Amino acid sequence: MNATTTEAPRTEASPTQLTMAGALNAALRDAMAADDRVVVYGEDVGPLGGVFRVTDGLQAEFGDERIWDSPLAESGIIGTAVGMAMYGMRPVVEMQFDAFSYPAFEQMVSHVAKMRNRTKGRVTLPMVVRIPCAGAIGGVEHHSDSSETYWASTPGLTVVMPSNPADAYSMLREAIASDDPVVFMEPKSRYWAKAPLALPVTTTPMDRAVVVREGTDVTLLAYGPTVRTALEAAEAAVDEGLSIEVVDLRSLSPFDDETVGASVRKTSRAAVIHEAAQFGGYGAEVAARVTERNFHHLAAPVLRIAGFDIPYPSPKLEEHHLPTADRVLAALDTWEWDA
Amino acid sequence: MSLNVEHLPTRTLPAEKPLRLLDNAGHAVTGASTGGFSLPDVDTLLDLYRKMVVARRFDVQVTALTKQGRLATYPSAYGQEACEIGAVASLDPVDWLFPTYRDSIALLTRGIAPGEILQSFRGDWHNGYDQHAYRTAAQATPLATQALHAVGLAHAARLRRDPIVSLTYLGDGATSEGDAHEAFNFAAVWQTPTVFIVQNNQFAISTPLARQTHATTLADKAVGYGMPGFHVDGNDVAAMYAVTRAAVDRARAGGGPTLIEGVTYRIESHTNSDDPTRYRSSRDVEHWKRRDPIERLEKYLVSEGVLTETVRAEITDAAEELAAATREVMTVEAELDPLELFDHVYSRPRAALAEQRAYLAAELAGARDQAEGGR
Ligand SMILES: Cc1ncc(C[n+]2csc(CCOP(=O)(O)OP(=O)(O)O)c2C)c(N)n1
Repeated sequence: MNATTTEAPRTEASPTQLTMAGALNAALRDAMAADDRVVVYGEDVGPLGGVFRVTDGLQAEFGDERIWDSPLAESGIIGTAVGMAMYGMRPVVEMQFDAFSYPAFEQMVSHVAKMRNRTKGRVTLPMVVRIPCAGAIGGVEHHSDSSETYWASTPGLTVVMPSNPADAYSMLREAIASDDPVVFMEPKSRYWAKAPLALPVTTTPMDRAVVVREGTDVTLLAYGPTVRTALEAAEAAVDEGLSIEVVDLRSLSPFDDETVGASVRKTSRAAVIHEAAQFGGYGAEVAARVTERNFHHLAAPVLRIAGFDIPYPSPKLEEHHLPTADRVLAALDTWEWDA
Repeated sequence: MSLNVEHLPTRTLPAEKPLRLLDNAGHAVTGASTGGFSLPDVDTLLDLYRKMVVARRFDVQVTALTKQGRLATYPSAYGQEACEIGAVASLDPVDWLFPTYRDSIALLTRGIAPGEILQSFRGDWHNGYDQHAYRTAAQATPLATQALHAVGLAHAARLRRDPIVSLTYLGDGATSEGDAHEAFNFAAVWQTPTVFIVQNNQFAISTPLARQTHATTLADKAVGYGMPGFHVDGNDVAAMYAVTRAAVDRARAGGGPTLIEGVTYRIESHTNSDDPTRYRSSRDVEHWKRRDPIERLEKYLVSEGVLTETVRAEITDAAEELAAATREVMTVEAELDPLELFDHVYSRPRAALAEQRAYLAAELAGARDQAEGGR
């Protein structure tokens, strides 16, 4: 696509079909227009518009002092964003792919996460780190990792992951407006998911989970790419006479105990679904806290349906790794249902 | 980027022999080894002398307090005063400093109170001073990471058209870190007003320079990034000041970043828990002690007739006063509120942290009740 001829949809009265990538693009555009402290940089985000075109057309519109291609160095991108945020800017930086954020791990964990704390609140870092994440796009090695657990277990970071275009727009605007650093994870397999949308849209606050499907028998806890999997499983379960409630966690840190707890107490059964490896993964945290807080309401152990404990496989094998609706239903079958 | 007024990469290799303006005997140097820089005026030099003497007294005092167990750790800069102070003294108050754990005396020169500097080393809180008030970032422990912050801040200031400069210190060991390379490269590509001071004190804990780099000088590294590099006698405060001042002025005028290597020596151990006799000879240490940065300037100022006994006494008094104030502040245990642990993690309240805070509060109250009941 050509940056000069592509106009992302602007505020419109009637909804138009919008992809999640388009919604993110609009959120960046609107945030940059609303606040000149917002700057965007990263690898190939300028004329190319990012490898997923999330920044498409923004440099043509805002110029290269607001959005520019940085040198190819992830620690450098995050580290300079720290300095920029210290000076009052609101940098929104892009990591090209999940696994390429690892060179920046130290800056993220040692500085981004800790700056507010070590300076007793005198320095806050209003920055957003956008990370295209997870798999199911046929990516080669290092292009499909789920790195959310690393960030979510780091105090000081806020970690969110939208699963649909409306949340993508609303949550990114909120993340940019936040005074704290936000790791904004974008499930790649959902970039092209479309929804009718009239912008600007404000959905539920980004630190809250949302019940996206009501049910009475089981609560499926999902986020990002697995929300769709959970909804598919819920749909398929109808035939089996099972009423499944689906909760989109949206925010991994903080965790919305309230919304999740209310759902689990209603259904008395819960399972969490994610692409990342199961061992020590985010689902372990979810299962533990759901159990600790709702043990007497639970009729069965909290299940995890996750990727295998293996490095993310190559494209031709990834389907065997990823949690599917069938696996979800198979897992639910392991419970004693009559007890 | 359109901010690049002019792209002027330099291909001049830094001089192999460190640039100097005063020799070890305190004589003004002439000829090629000055690199075209001239000696600062005596008033400036006297001021630098005063700052160095006060800084050393502070350093010696804090080292002593550390040995008495009043601080958890203290990385001394004894012997590096010229490098530290020559560089930081060339900043204006609007400029930003990005220091490391080693650079407490530079913070002192920036006007930060001893008690505020030492909060982190005595273990009260990770950082004890107001960054914005002093335009001085928190002292960084992970090596070279702060150099990127310096670059980012300078770039932001430049986008805002604010004529400010950022200066950051790196050790010789830190130049091997990826973040050092990324910082040099970002600064050069973005042409940020940043001055990198590499304090080559010969060792990274116990690892000598030869095991750290195969480059002839650390200043040579600048060339590969397209910025000027200077190889300077780091025990000559006149040279450190003159070269840094020129780099700061150039940066402020839009001329981009500079890398300056100051060749110096750490006389003390790396920190109090280090045993330097395992990796360096006392002959070496004695050799460097004879090249003391303060004595060198002292000889010059005496020969110029500006360092009179009266002035010297006045400087000594100021240094002793600061040492006494440092001792005093370190005898008073700070009152720490454990509940504050939860206050500075996020700007917005979090339910989970509120719960944990309440838990600790109850635990503290319980401990208090028990202590009272036990009496
Ligand atoms: C990323 C990182 N790795 C290791 C350390 C542990 N460490 C602390 S100081 C130091 C040596 C640093 O040497 P140098 O950069 O020459 O600075 P100096 O202490 O001599 O001033 C090391 C290895 C650290 N602080 N950060």
